[in-house]
Amino acid sequence: MAAVTALNESAAAASAGRTRGMQAGRRRRLNVFRYVVFTVFGLFFLLPLLAMLRFSLEGAKLGTWSLTAWRQIASYQNTGIPPLLSAIEITLELAVITCAVMLVLLVPTMIWVRLRVPWLARTIEVLCLLPLTIPSIVLVVGLGEIYNRIQHYSLSALMLFWVYVILALPYAYRALAAGLGAIDVTTLSEAARSLGASWFTVIVRVIAPNMRQSILNAVLLTWSLVLGEFTIAYLLLYTNLQVELYSISRNTPNAGVLFSTSFAALLFAFALLMILSYVGRRRRGRG
Amino acid sequence: MEALSRHYGPVVALDRLDLTLRPGELIVLLGPSGCGKTTTLRLLAGLEDADAGQIFVGGKDITRLPASKRDMGMVFQAYSLFPHMTVRQNVAFGLRLRRIGAAQRDKRAMEMLELVDLPTQADRYPHQLSGGQQQRVALARALAIEPQVLLLDEPLSALDAKVRAQLRDEIRRIQLDVGITTLFVTHDQEEALAIADRVGVMRAGHLEQLAPPTEVYSRPATSFVAEFVGLSNRLAGEVRNGEVTVRGRTLPLVDRSTPDGQAVALVRPEAVTLASDSASDSGPLVGTVIAVTFLGAMSRVTVDLGDTSVMAQLTTADASALPAGSRVQLTIRPDPVLVSASSDPAVPAVEEEA
Repeated sequence: MAAVTALNESAAAASAGRTRGMQAGRRRRLNVFRYVVFTVFGLFFLLPLLAMLRFSLEGAKLGTWSLTAWRQIASYQNTGIPPLLSAIEITLELAVITCAVMLVLLVPTMIWVRLRVPWLARTIEVLCLLPLTIPSIVLVVGLGEIYNRIQHYSLSALMLFWVYVILALPYAYRALAAGLGAIDVTTLSEAARSLGASWFTVIVRVIAPNMRQSILNAVLLTWSLVLGEFTIAYLLLYTNLQVELYSISRNTPNAGVLFSTSFAALLFAFALLMILSYVGRRRRGRG
Repeated sequence: MEALSRHYGPVVALDRLDLTLRPGELIVLLGPSGCGKTTTLRLLAGLEDADAGQIFVGGKDITRLPASKRDMGMVFQAYSLFPHMTVRQNVAFGLRLRRIGAAQRDKRAMEMLELVDLPTQADRYPHQLSGGQQQRVALARALAIEPQVLLLDEPLSALDAKVRAQLRDEIRRIQLDVGITTLFVTHDQEEALAIADRVGVMRAGHLEQLAPPTEVYSRPATSFVAEFVGLSNRLAGEVRNGEVTVRGRTLPLVDRSTPDGQAVALVRPEAVTLASDSASDSGPLVGTVIAVTFLGAMSRVTVDLGDTSVMAQLTTADASALPAGSRVQLTIRPDPVLVSASSDPAVPAVEEEA
C-alpha cells in the first residue's frame, strides 16, 4: 500500500514538476516576446522623435551641437510677418479659452441630460460626434460666410475659439461620458437634493468633482487639438502656431526652429499628461 | 398623505393612498417589488411628483415643494455618500448648505458620528469603509440637519445578513433615541416585524393593512397579508357559524362574520405539530414526511397528506426524530385563522415566503 502510494506521489510530483517547468518555460518565452515587441514599437515611435530632437540641436555645420534653434523660439521673425512668439501666445490663449468654453458648455449639459432629460442623451451624443464626420474643408466652406462677418468686428485669431469648441466636442464628449458613466449620478444628486442642495450645487459641488479625471482627460484632448490645428486656421486666413510654422517652412525649409518648436509642443503635451496621471494616482492613492 | 396617486403611463404605481404617520413613530412599508412602497417614499421626499393627492407635514401642505426645501433626511440603498469628501465633510454637507459656521458644523458632525458609533472614521473616505459603516455615515448625514422626517429606502438590502441584523437594531435604537418620525421601506418581512411601531403591507399601489407587527402577523386583514407575512398552509375547509372545519378539526376564525361555505383556511406552520405514527394507515391528518429543511434552531418539515402537502415548524431536535419517509400524525393548534375564497386554482397549495 505504502509503496503504491509513494509511487503515485512521486509520479504526481514528477508531472507537477514537469508542468511547473513547462509553465516557467512558457512564462520566459512570453517575457522575451513582450520585451521584443516593446523594443520594436518603442523604437518605431522614439527614433523619429529622437531624430527631430537631434536635428533641432544641430549647429551651423553638420555634426555640431547648438541651442540656436531653441533660442529662436522666442526671437524668430519670419520676413514681414509678426514673430513666432506671438503665434505661440495666440495659440496658447486659444487653447485656454477653448477648454474653458468647452467645459462650461459640456459638463453641466451632460450632467443635466443624464439627470433630468435622459431621452435626449442619444441626440446629444450624435450632435457631439457630428464634427468628426465633417471634413475640415467642408467646415470651412460653411464657416466662411460667418467669419467674414466676424472679421468685421475683430481680426484676432482668438475668434477661432468658436470653431475649436465644435471641433473638440467629439473628443471631450467621449472623455466626459466615460467619467459620467462611472459614477451613480442619480443617487448622488438625489442625496444632495434631499439635504437641501440647489441644482447648481449638485452639478458644481457634487457631480463635477467626481469627474475630475475625465474632465482632465477632456482638457488634454482639447488642448492637443488646438495646438495641432492647421487647416481651418489657414483657410480662414488666421495665423496660429501651425500656420506660422508652415509659412516659416515655405520660406526657410528645414529651419531648425521648426523642429524645436514642434518638439517643445510635444514636451508640453507630455507634461500635461504627466500632471494628469499624477492627479489620478493621488486620488487612487487615498485608498 | 392623502389620496396620493401616481402612475407611469398605463402603470398605476399608487392608487389613492392614505397614510398618516404619528410623531416619533417608525412605520415600515412592506411589500413585493412594484407594490408602490418606494414610490410612496420618494413622493414624500419630493424626488417624484404626485399625479393626484396631497402631502402634509406638520399641518403644512408640501405637495408642490421641491425636494431641496422639504427638510427631510433620506438614506438610500447604496452609493449615496459623496466619494470626493471625507466622512466628516459628508456629514457636514447639509449643514454647510445651511450656512452654519465651520466650528459649529464640525461639532455637530462629530456628535452625529458619535451617535452612529463612528467617531474614529471622521477623516476617512467612503471607499475606505465597509458597507455597514457607509450606511451609518449616511444615517448620520441625514440626521445632522435635524429633519422633520427620516426616510429610509431599503437601507439594509445591499448588506450581508449579519451586518443587516446588527444595523437594523442600531437604526431602531437611534430612531428611538432621537425621537424622529421615520418611514422605512423594505421587502424583508423580518426587518419589518423586528423594528416597526406599525407595519404597512402594500400590494399593487394599495395599503392592505397598517397595524403593529404582532397584529399583522397573527390577525392579518387580508389573505395577501397572511400569505406575504410569514408562511401559510392553504387547507380546504368549510365555514360554519364563525368556525372553519379543516380535515376533521374545527378552528376558530379571525373574522367571525365570514359567510358559511367552502373556503381555504390559512394555517401557520408553527400551529402544526407532528407525532410519529407508524400504526394507523390513513386518516385526514396522517401523512408521510417528504422533506426536512434545516434552518438552524428550527426546522421546517413538509408532510404529504395524499391530496395536499402541509408545512410544519418544529425545533431541530424534534424534527431529527422524523426523517423523510416516516409516517406522522398531524395536530393543528386551535389558533384563529383567516380564510380566503376557495376558488383560486392558480395559487399553489403551499405558499413559500415571498
